[in-house]
Amino acid sequence: MTETAKRIWSVLSTAGKWGPVVALAWIIPGGGHFWMGKRLRGALLFACVMISFLVGMLMHGYLFEWQTGDLFTTIIYCGGYIANLANGIPYLFARWLGYSEPDVAGHMVDYGTKFLVCAGLMNILAMVDAFEIATGEKD
Amino acid sequence: MPKMGLSHLETSLLMALVISVVLGITTKKTESEQLRYGLKCLGYFVGTVFGLGWLMYLGHG
Repeated sequence: MTETAKRIWSVLSTAGKWGPVVALAWIIPGGGHFWMGKRLRGALLFACVMISFLVGMLMHGYLFEWQTGDLFTTIIYCGGYIANLANGIPYLFARWLGYSEPDVAGHMVDYGTKFLVCAGLMNILAMVDAFEIATGEKD
Repeated sequence: MPKMGLSHLETSLLMALVISVVLGITTKKTESEQLRYGLKCLGYFVGTVFGLGWLMYLGHG
């Protein structure tokens, strides 16, 4: 077994330890850090993701739908959808409450869309960080 | 849903600030390293915003 395979196996075998942390980090931005006692980091991550998401919504940003077609469309729409989904509860709540702004031309809407995507990407970074802390790779 | 209106500069600076905080927290280990890296990222972002802003202004004529 190669070193990489050993490492993958070692990580997968401890999924019970980091799985709930990463899931919580996805559902509630910064939640994984809070669970592990990193309250300041968790609060800052929560604030950054929420500010970005709320500003995106207040700018009437567009929440991407899963849409395939040519390569460019697929990358933009599917990537955007995944990034939006990575926001966790804020995204699910926004969808549940019927938030659905059209993708119209205009710099405010465009900025809002970027804020919504950026919030999700920041939450992915927070999830990776929570994973590293849970597996002991980071303090 | 109320609508928020921010200028290009305000939007760029707000985005630079939140991204810098997240990058600082998630990429460095100690708190002092996180603070330093966050400030460095913010400086680079703001520098790029002003640099590209001037470049576009001068390039546009």
